[in-house]
Amino acid sequence: MSAILECKSLTKKFTTLTALSNVNLTLERGRIIGLLGPNGSGKTTMIKLINGLLVPTSGTILVDGKAPGTDTKKIVSYLPEKTYLPDWMKISDTIEFFHDFYPDFDSKRANEMLDRLHLDASRRMKTLSKGTKEKVQLILVMSRNADLYCLDEPIGGVDPAARDYILNTIISNYNENATVLISTHLIADIEKVLDEVVFIKDGTVTLHSSVEDIRTKEGKSVDTLFREVFKC
Amino acid sequence: MQWELDSERPVYIQLIEQIQAGIISGVFKPGDKLPSVRDLAAEATVNPNTMQKALSELERIGLVYANRTSGRFITSDEGMIAKLKGESAKEQVIDFIERMKLIGFSPEETLALVTDIVRNGKR
Repeated sequence: MSAILECKSLTKKFTTLTALSNVNLTLERGRIIGLLGPNGSGKTTMIKLINGLLVPTSGTILVDGKAPGTDTKKIVSYLPEKTYLPDWMKISDTIEFFHDFYPDFDSKRANEMLDRLHLDASRRMKTLSKGTKEKVQLILVMSRNADLYCLDEPIGGVDPAARDYILNTIISNYNENATVLISTHLIADIEKVLDEVVFIKDGTVTLHSSVEDIRTKEGKSVDTLFREVFKC
Repeated sequence: MQWELDSERPVYIQLIEQIQAGIISGVFKPGDKLPSVRDLAAEATVNPNTMQKALSELERIGLVYANRTSGRFITSDEGMIAKLKGESAKEQVIDFIERMKLIGFSPEETLALVTDIVRNGKR
């Protein structure tokens, strides 16, 4: 089976700013991968390119062998950094909305997760706290049977107890052919669930390695390594 | 089962150690069926591929065996578990003696102290 994501000499410029520069990156299926880098390093740009929200300045990006577009959106489940669900919707409306929109959406799974996190489906989005909105959004995204999940800062606003549940949700919901790409700087919280990490710095990929290799060769955690590599 | 993992050492090695400890202490009994890789991974909050790697290694050394249709089981070979227990006990004693050296007790002094405490109880 082909790689789920392939970038060749991928470059993205915004007039004077180069956000990504000559990125060569191949991600295999069946992995949980951390996209790690300091603020402004290009993580979100990368994820937006995967989702077709930005167009490369040069180079290519292929999702499941295809350029980002309608076909790839069917197999990519995307959690943006900001929520886009309208305030007036009830949680139950958002579930119906996703159900109408994505053929691979599993409403039963979404409702089970709502129950586990004690979220009342009749509440409107505008009455929810920031962290609770994030939970709802993540539940929607993880309830699709996608091939690639792109999670941009999924656990930032969520309390530690719910964080564990969410990590469990990620572990138990992705299937063998699916890859989960998680962008974050909360490394210590998620590094145990990662297979691989991609370090990104000033728009270039500086490291792509299995996390167990890092622990074996460097004798340190990914969090420690990150602090060393990106020391200010 | 309570999993305690740090991120400094390879996680699969820690998983192997903790499953072994579980077998020794009887959390996992001889012949017990293990939960699925995914359930174990979710319980320990680790990557399923990492849990898979740990279980494959336990299979290789014979503590766990896989039945093609019905999942993974703890070995029923009690001799093997007894051996594992013996090795673990030995390691802990060696480790203890080393730590006593660090605070200035020779192995003989440590032995005398242990003997005294075992015979006369804690004072």
